[in-house]
Amino acid sequence: MKIGVPRETHPGERRVATTPDVAAELQKLGYDVMVEKDAGATASFSDEAYTEAGCSIAGSTADIWSDADIILKVRPPEGDQATGLKDSQTLISFLYPGQNPELLEQLTKSGGTALAMDSVPRISRAQKMDALSSMANIAGYRAVIEAAQHFGRFFTGQITAAGKVPPAKIMVIGAGVAGLAAIGAAKSMGAIVRAFDTRPEVKEQVESMDAEFLMLDFEDEDGSGEGGYAKVMSDEFIKAEMALFAEQAKDVDIIITTALIPGKPAPRLITAEMVESMKDGSVIVDLAAEQGGNCELTEPDAVVVRNGVSIIGYTDLPSRLAAQSSQLYATNLRHLLTDMTPEKDGNLALDLEDEVVRGATVCTGGETLWPPPPPKISAAAPVKAEPAPAPVVEEKKPSLAGPIMMAAIGGLALLGLGAVAPPSFMAHFTVFVLACFVGYMVIWNVTSALHTPLMSVTNAISSIIVIGALLQISSDVPLIKWIAVGTVLITSVNIFGGFAVTRRMLEMFRK
Amino acid sequence: MFEVNQGIIQVSYIIATILFILALGGLSNQETARRGNWYGIVGMAIALVATLVGDVTQNLELLIVALLIGGSVGIIAARRVQMTQMPELVAILHSLVGLAAVAVGFANFMDPERLSHYVGVELTIHDVETYLGILIGAVTFSGSVIAFGKLSGRMSGNPLLLPARHWLNLLLLLGAIWFGYQFVQQSVAGGGIAPLVIMTIIALLFGIHMVMAIGGADMPVVVSMLNSYSGWAASATGFMLGNDLLIVTGALVGSSGAILSYIMCRAMNRKFLNVIAGGFGTGGGAAAKSGGQEGEVIPIDAQEAAALLGNAKEVMIVPGYGMAVAQAQHVVHEITTVLRDKGVNVRFGIHPVAGRMPGHMNVLLAEAKVPYDIVFEMDEINDDFPDVDVSIIIGANDIVNPSAQEEPDSPIAGMPVLEVWKGKTTIVLKRSMATGYAGVQNPLFFKENTRMLFGDAKDSLDNVFKAL
Repeated sequence: MKIGVPRETHPGERRVATTPDVAAELQKLGYDVMVEKDAGATASFSDEAYTEAGCSIAGSTADIWSDADIILKVRPPEGDQATGLKDSQTLISFLYPGQNPELLEQLTKSGGTALAMDSVPRISRAQKMDALSSMANIAGYRAVIEAAQHFGRFFTGQITAAGKVPPAKIMVIGAGVAGLAAIGAAKSMGAIVRAFDTRPEVKEQVESMDAEFLMLDFEDEDGSGEGGYAKVMSDEFIKAEMALFAEQAKDVDIIITTALIPGKPAPRLITAEMVESMKDGSVIVDLAAEQGGNCELTEPDAVVVRNGVSIIGYTDLPSRLAAQSSQLYATNLRHLLTDMTPEKDGNLALDLEDEVVRGATVCTGGETLWPPPPPKISAAAPVKAEPAPAPVVEEKKPSLAGPIMMAAIGGLALLGLGAVAPPSFMAHFTVFVLACFVGYMVIWNVTSALHTPLMSVTNAISSIIVIGALLQISSDVPLIKWIAVGTVLITSVNIFGGFAVTRRMLEMFRK
Repeated sequence: MFEVNQGIIQVSYIIATILFILALGGLSNQETARRGNWYGIVGMAIALVATLVGDVTQNLELLIVALLIGGSVGIIAARRVQMTQMPELVAILHSLVGLAAVAVGFANFMDPERLSHYVGVELTIHDVETYLGILIGAVTFSGSVIAFGKLSGRMSGNPLLLPARHWLNLLLLLGAIWFGYQFVQQSVAGGGIAPLVIMTIIALLFGIHMVMAIGGADMPVVVSMLNSYSGWAASATGFMLGNDLLIVTGALVGSSGAILSYIMCRAMNRKFLNVIAGGFGTGGGAAAKSGGQEGEVIPIDAQEAAALLGNAKEVMIVPGYGMAVAQAQHVVHEITTVLRDKGVNVRFGIHPVAGRMPGHMNVLLAEAKVPYDIVFEMDEINDDFPDVDVSIIIGANDIVNPSAQEEPDSPIAGMPVLEVWKGKTTIVLKRSMATGYAGVQNPLFFKENTRMLFGDAKDSLDNVFKAL
């Protein structure tokens, strides 16, 4: 089958749905790849690079839409493109069917198959095709870069000959993929980073990146919703949260907001008063601008300055890092296609039994398949169990009766032995017991790395039994003599062999 | 030969004893270990010379010939043995001690002066000592021979579980006691050779049966147990001969082996008797239950593995028996050297029961010239895994199985394991998806941060090395 990759037509869109590297991989799956002229130009992938990777170059978008069996795109089709989908064709792209019901209708009517990369379910197995996460990661990184661009100072603190520079303080609201990426980028530039999230389970992730997790002094309300996303919180919670933000706004230099709740307008977290309370030259990057913005003063796709605070509302942050996002997005697509091409013969198999494919497919053969049945497992959020009935661990107390009995029997046996045994035996017995204890003390000090040499050296030492044979070898009884000779023979194997091999081993232990 | 004061011999024995204790004490760390070995050699030499000079009155030439032949065999064997074959060598050496104890015991019993030397209770005690010495020696001998067979691959490593084997063991034990009684009774009258021989056969059978029932991965316990037995055999012989040097040395060796067995059992969270009784998971059906766990594994190739390693800062290598089988320790060292030259902090995490005898992995790594100060035991490094970028598991399974901690009804529940899954990425080298010795599926392989590198460990690592 033939994969076609058209140039993105949306104004300002720089990404492309495949890169030369990924195109080569796709051909290994048995596909032919056709790329529209200049499709990758804005993401720094030249037509020559695609040709070198074995792709054919198509002259126009229309050629792609008419010739390809599978169309890979980044943005949803625009204008009447969607109606042009043929029933033999498959379109894979971001589609946002929830926000674009008309588009979904057009696609369904066309009779073709459409898969929405934004509807890939958030399950462990599908992480490698989770394009939303890939893009969020880039957006978070880019948000820090944009903030740095508009922020008039260093991120990192320095002591210079000209004086001390304090480090920038950054607050990240929402520690999802984008938030964590922002934390990582800001941290590595040297800023002091604080993060807030309604989902307590991300605290560990935030702290693992060496950022401070802002805790609300509030009885624990878990903000984890389905699929690892956040949900709407109670009024009291929001009040406490807003108080925290108001307090932080006076202190921090940069606020990066990434708070989104699926299917709802973005929550208003930063009010005009908070912006006013911020220092001049501060920066707010609002990653939720497209959904209305977390900040009251955000204007989508623009940078505005209010009360000396720059508010960045770009909605195309991934596209501003076009080469990187194209590469990750193309790889996500490749993973999806790999899963859908089980035979590696270049034939796409739409297996609706597969949870991932089913989740992503919005329509096929004139039938709308969106919304999909809810995913079974959440990757990010653990099922919040009822406070598990504290496992009644009945620590079985080692019963004292056994050891006491043993000690008593042992003691009696010893006493009995002492009563009948001759003194010479008891002398040997004393030596024996003491030697056991000395051995016990000495051996516990042996390092575990030397347990093998320990065994070989004890082996050599235990051949001291040869003394028994030496005492017998002078016997006049021929049988005893010869047995003793044999014993000397085998024990000397042990003595020499044991010490020699121990020495050989110990020689090898070098720093 | 010469008339030597018995007092001088005794002093020599005391010196030898002290030197033996110093020899064992020296093994507490690598710097003093080499000196410790020399103490052992000197102690042995002093004891031998003292006895030679003091007690050997004739047949010295035979003795020297035997000593030379035996010594040469021993040294040649020690030179030639591969480090991966150490467990076999140790097992076969144990068997020699057992055999010697049997031989000395019989020779002592046949000594005509015995009856004139001991009377009454003393004779009874002496007979019991002889009997015990031979018994322990025979068990050590046959058990070690079987262990040797299993470790060297000459016999199947699978446990042989006879029906009603516990009853069989009990029967053998009762038989040994019965014939012991008979032996003591008949010995006073000058007889007793028949019960002694029968008991020896019983003891030999018991040793065979005991080790046959124990599977491959429980071998560390068996080897250290036999080590312990060889010590007790020497000690019993010492009692028989009234020789304190033998008693002390035997007790030292015996407690050493016993402690090793204990450490090994603790590392598997199993009771000693449970291991010795043989078989794994014979107590419950839990093995089958958790065996059904499935999921998706993420295979990678050597290039990707090399890339992961090249980008890591903290690397932990966890070797298991598979590394010994594949003889992969040298290429492991080469990879370690390359990574360390790049500034990667490479460390090794060793589980106490990795391999087929205590300390097996340490010896293999030492052989491959891996510096011992980057080789750590489990307790030292288990808390560090969250900081590890890449862990490489080479031919190990049960010792890195998270079910030991996560599934209370797993057959290996409670066994201390290396918590590799807490690291960022884990690369598992494995020939196939087969389960480990315990027959438990390993959820580690299905974790999101685990990558499987299938194939022979040595070939895979060779390729990784080339890619680096």
